Amino acid sequence: MSHHIVEVKNLRHVYPDGTAALKDVSFIITHGESVGIIGANGAGKSTLLQHLNGCLEPSSGAIHIGHTPLSKGTLPDIRRTIGMVFQDPDDQLFMPTVFDDVAFGPLNLGYTPADVEQRVTDVLELVGAGHLRDKPPYHLSGGEKKRVAIATVLSMSPDILVMDEPTNGLDPFARRQLMKLLRDFKHTRIFTSHDLDMVLELCERVIVLHEGEVWADGPALEIFNNDKLLAECRLEKPFSMQGCPVCRKQKQDIFSESQE
Amino acid sequence: MASIQNAVLDLKNLDLLANGNSAIHRLDARAKVLITLVFILCVVSNNRYELTTLLPFFIFPVVMISLADLPPLFILRKIILLCPFVVAVGIFNPVFDQVILLQIGPLGISGGWISFASILVRSILTVGAAFILVGVTGFTAVCQALERLGMPQVFAVQLLFLYRYIFVLTEESGRASRARELRSCGKKGQGIGSYSSMVGHLLLRTWQRAERIHMAMLARGFTGEFHASRQSRFGASEIRFVLAWSTLFIFLRLQNVSQLLGSLITGLFP
Amino acid sequence: MHMADALLSPAVGGTLWAASAGTIAYCSSKVRKDIDDSKIPLMGVLGAFIFAAQMINFSIPVTGSSGHLGGGLILTILLGPYAAFLTIASVLVVQALFFADGGLLALGCNIFNLGFFPAFIASPFIYKKIIGNRPTATKISVASVLAAIAGLQMGALSVVLETVSSGISSLPFSTFVAMMLPIHLAIGIVEGLVTASVVSFVYKARPEIMNSALEARPIGNHPVRNIAAVFLAVTVVTGGFVSRFASNNPDGLEWSITKVTGLEELKAPEQGLHVALNALQERIAFLPGYSFRKPDQKTKIEASKPETAPTDQIKQTEQKADDQKNPVATGIAGLVGGTISLGLALLIGYILKRKHRTE
Ligand SMILES: Nc1ncnc2c1ncn2[C@@H]1O[C@H](COP(=O)(O)OP(=O)(O)OP(=O)(O)O)[C@@H](O)[C@H]1O
Ligand SMILES: [Mg+2]
Repeated sequence: MSHHIVEVKNLRHVYPDGTAALKDVSFIITHGESVGIIGANGAGKSTLLQHLNGCLEPSSGAIHIGHTPLSKGTLPDIRRTIGMVFQDPDDQLFMPTVFDDVAFGPLNLGYTPADVEQRVTDVLELVGAGHLRDKPPYHLSGGEKKRVAIATVLSMSPDILVMDEPTNGLDPFARRQLMKLLRDFKHTRIFTSHDLDMVLELCERVIVLHEGEVWADGPALEIFNNDKLLAECRLEKPFSMQGCPVCRKQKQDIFSESQE
Repeated sequence: MASIQNAVLDLKNLDLLANGNSAIHRLDARAKVLITLVFILCVVSNNRYELTTLLPFFIFPVVMISLADLPPLFILRKIILLCPFVVAVGIFNPVFDQVILLQIGPLGISGGWISFASILVRSILTVGAAFILVGVTGFTAVCQALERLGMPQVFAVQLLFLYRYIFVLTEESGRASRARELRSCGKKGQGIGSYSSMVGHLLLRTWQRAERIHMAMLARGFTGEFHASRQSRFGASEIRFVLAWSTLFIFLRLQNVSQLLGSLITGLFP
Repeated sequence: MHMADALLSPAVGGTLWAASAGTIAYCSSKVRKDIDDSKIPLMGVLGAFIFAAQMINFSIPVTGSSGHLGGGLILTILLGPYAAFLTIASVLVVQALFFADGGLLALGCNIFNLGFFPAFIASPFIYKKIIGNRPTATKISVASVLAAIAGLQMGALSVVLETVSSGISSLPFSTFVAMMLPIHLAIGIVEGLVTASVVSFVYKARPEIMNSALEARPIGNHPVRNIAAVFLAVTVVTGGFVSRFASNNPDGLEWSITKVTGLEELKAPEQGLHVALNALQERIAFLPGYSFRKPDQKTKIEASKPETAPTDQIKQTEQKADDQKNPVATGIAGLVGGTISLGLALLIGYILKRKHRTE
């Protein structure tokens, strides 16, 4: 598993109630890539991510991580490779204190207590949550929870980082901090987001999901310049590519008035 | 509903007290759990008409509150919201037990009143001891102590889960019921129809949340074992703490100190 | 109807503590062995849900009151008896620690009263028998109401038995039963209806949840019966043993302490103390002249309770006679001393706090 390639082949997922959340999804992500998965609400992003570490089982199709097929037998190894941050940090932070929570993964991996202590301290510093160490998770604010949730995953030193809407609910400063953190992470990064500016800044490559199918897959700039595609998929250009949104909006209004 | 929200707030406040850093806070939780149990046993093992023997036991809550720097009024307020069941049952004692046990001048006090007073004092002492235990230890540490004293791990772990998600779920259901209240005019819409679908939804959401939590656990290498990360030690200060207090409790239990003190002052002594 | 420490004798409290702790240990090993790990977070989160759900009320027509979901039955329906018992127990632990519902000694009783009956009696022998393998809305309603009523009646009866056998309250058995059972009949009907409506909702939305709970535990299976038998045996044996010595010796603790330490060692320093105090008292007593014989605490107990241990019968009759001469002395000395000790306790607390502040 030296190359940590993520390969998804004809993945299909139908929920027990009959919703086909993923219809036919295929892509390959190579080592070191930073990939943004975007799409409207309900497009299937979270469902897709949950397949990457075996939280859900495919209805059909297959997933390979570093040439190892994802199956019951290989799951423990694969979960060690992939660090997954869930959409709702409350689901991820279930231990009594921040320290215990961040230590949960390393302890399961069998590190010694001294080692665990060191890792937890380092990782909490890294996400800027060192001072929260002894707090219980229910006394944290939304953004603090998010940062700690990321720390819980980083503490296991994963080779592939998978995040569902990492910047959701962060204040501008924390968002910046997180983006720096992600930029410094040297391995493969895969995340979903509605924060298209962040996607533009951090990802060379973007995969657009629409109603459970891959609608586009290519360099970020190319995709964000394709107005037709964006409109079809209920997306729009990142603000940074829209010029000055205020002047533009005024221009549009004048334009539409003169047409009437 | 408001009362439960207050209760949750209270719960948060009580738990926050455990963040203190006094000598009492620093003791191993097992010592505090043990001594609380000894205390309660000594208190409740008193005879039903015993009132004066109970009073010296107040030394324990008072000293703990001051040493640990807990807010006495907060604890007192919580204790005053005594379990209504106790009062409801205890108030019958004066009715059924009217034998005069104590005569102070013209005033005859029946056994029923004495035992009722005794029930109230017991209640204050035992309930207070429980609050103080949480206040100086914290729920998590109490659970971990119980686990190390032999409580099964499965039980301990799900207790911690329960505690963790009380905050999340009460907020969620608080929002849901506020939303229902806002959209129902007066009593209409507050009936069992809308109730059961709302609670049902909450239940299903809770179920899904549990599934997601389990996923998050698996994603971080959970294999069914919970590993303890930090070990505290049951050292000399813990042993001293337990021995000193339990000696005192047993002494207070066997020797009516009030009586001794009283006779010392009044001279009613052999 | 939480049982409380203040109404319990250590014998009754201890017996039920032991019984509940045993059941918890048994259920934990069952859960460990038979159920997958995904149940553990589920149990905890559903326990929290029971808390949260109790925030939501619905109005009961006509009566003008409101009701909410009870815990035991619905948890058993969703989780099966073992996991449900543990979950109910943990809800009660949190209530005991944070909301003064009951207390730590009464926890054993409460876990038994509110957990054991729904999980191991009402649900397997009533609820499941009625709904069978193919639940319908009517069956769910009837089964829930009957099971809730049965569970609560048994729990209420058990509260009465515990209170009466503890002997702290003077309520006669019959009066107490006559008060508790009708109240809990009403509560049971409401809880049953609510449980039925929520269960039906869940059954419609996600039938697989209910089916897996049904399939996992065949009706009236042996483990449930076994545990009921073991539980009864434990209770009878411990209860019988404890109550025997408790009735012979009104002070269970005292009895066990003398048993453990030997009476003499405890008596000796006491004598020394008496002498010392006696000397001290001569100097500081501000009400001199009333040199009565000191009626000690033990005598007072015996005066109020006729049954005594046969060994020192004669000595006690003497003391009783003495005691009756001066009940005023006993009472006043005790009350004055009690007030002083309370004052002393507060003073010590105040001084410690001051010291703490200045440090
Ligand atoms: N547990 C479930 N059972 C049934 N259907 C589900 C379940 N979870 C999600 N779905 C459905 O699957 C589809 C994809 O959901 P998913 O959560 O993957 O969307 P998403 O792209 O992450 O959306 P968002 O941006 O809002 O997070 C949606 O139509 C949703 O209704
Ligand atoms: Mg999503």
